[in-house]
Amino acid sequence: MHRDKAALQYRGSSQLDRTFQLASRHVPEVYVSVRANQTLDPMRAQRRMIVDSIAGEGPIVGIRSALAAFPQVAWLVLACDLPFLSDEAVEYLLRNRDPAGFATAYRSAHDDLPEPLCAIWEPAAAAALAEYQAAGGHCPRKFLIRHGVPLLEPLDRRALDNVNTPEEYAQAIVSLESEPPMQLQIRYYALMREQAGRSEESIETSAATPADLYAELVSRYAFSLPREQLKVAVNSEFSEWSRKLKQGDAVVFIPPVAGG
Amino acid sequence: MRFRFAQAAIDTQAARQELQNLAAGGYVSFEGWVRDHNEGLEVTRLEYEAFQELAVKEGDRIVAEALRRFPVAHALCIHRVGVLALGEMAVWVGVSSEHRGEAFDACRYIIDEVKHRVPIWKKEHYRNGDSGWVNCERCAAPAQHTHTAQRTQAVQHTHSAQHHDHAAVSTPK
Repeated sequence: MHRDKAALQYRGSSQLDRTFQLASRHVPEVYVSVRANQTLDPMRAQRRMIVDSIAGEGPIVGIRSALAAFPQVAWLVLACDLPFLSDEAVEYLLRNRDPAGFATAYRSAHDDLPEPLCAIWEPAAAAALAEYQAAGGHCPRKFLIRHGVPLLEPLDRRALDNVNTPEEYAQAIVSLESEPPMQLQIRYYALMREQAGRSEESIETSAATPADLYAELVSRYAFSLPREQLKVAVNSEFSEWSRKLKQGDAVVFIPPVAGG
Repeated sequence: MRFRFAQAAIDTQAARQELQNLAAGGYVSFEGWVRDHNEGLEVTRLEYEAFQELAVKEGDRIVAEALRRFPVAHALCIHRVGVLALGEMAVWVGVSSEHRGEAFDACRYIIDEVKHRVPIWKKEHYRNGDSGWVNCERCAAPAQHTHTAQRTQAVQHTHSAQHHDHAAVSTPK
């Protein structure tokens, strides 16, 4: 495919934007990994970037550059060619993270091999990756196999399907667009109404749950209340934060009440 | 309907009529009033806002719980929304019952639960020009304090209905 896969559009947003938003719902800071010659690319330049700082080719360079830029943190690494990647898949990965190992990764549903580009890479992997690359290695998948990293079974086989050919892109579009875009009705009250500057709106979102939706709206409106102080209602009834949202649901976040 | 909102002054006489029952030997009501101060600041008015669809459901559930827990005949709660001046009534709870004890208990239960569970918010406007949503801004921690004066009125009447014995009782905050 002679196109930048991160720029492919799905339901009106680029795969880079979709991946960025997805990651933002689960981790505090998100960066885009770029080669030195990509730093002026307009789509990438508006994001915080990790520029390759290590010689070599392929994604291993991006992973190593991130670990080198912030050596104390673990990295959730997501490829920009996974249009079906879901909040559930990311959340499951984070929940099952093994901070004592080199990485936490899924087993591919197609070839049973590790998927290094929807994985958590730990600081401890930095030195081993350097050694592996110095010995001529370049494939992060083989690195995970060599080090016997335990693998998670994907909950949804499709979540890690990637897009490599124009045919696969066409199929992914059909598949994603056949799911009606999820439109939600949101109403705001009291302090949140004032902070959002509106009392209601209709939004299109990929947020799977009220918790994801709140994270998305906090980044838009800078709501001051932490989620722990709120309750949430879906279709005029109190709801769990983990409830799966459906097309047309009406969502209301409920700040601390003060009747009487 | 056991819980409802009022857009204008609560008509307590009409509300009280709804609780009338010949088997009831007593009636207890609670009125919450807009107070002129809170947490050391002079309050000039209050603004109430509610998520009414859910508030009515939750309020109905609270009154139904009170009727299950305490053997009382009828209970009703009415809450104001909108801008309220000092001294105005923000909330009214009424309970009629065969005996007074359960009526007091049920009334207390309803107002306590309504304050903590029903999606109603109030914004205080202060003399100094400032304002704030209670429990969301100045007092970020969920607070127990109330912003309305509390008075419980108890009226025991005999079945002859000739003589009304009035007693006003203040409940502790």
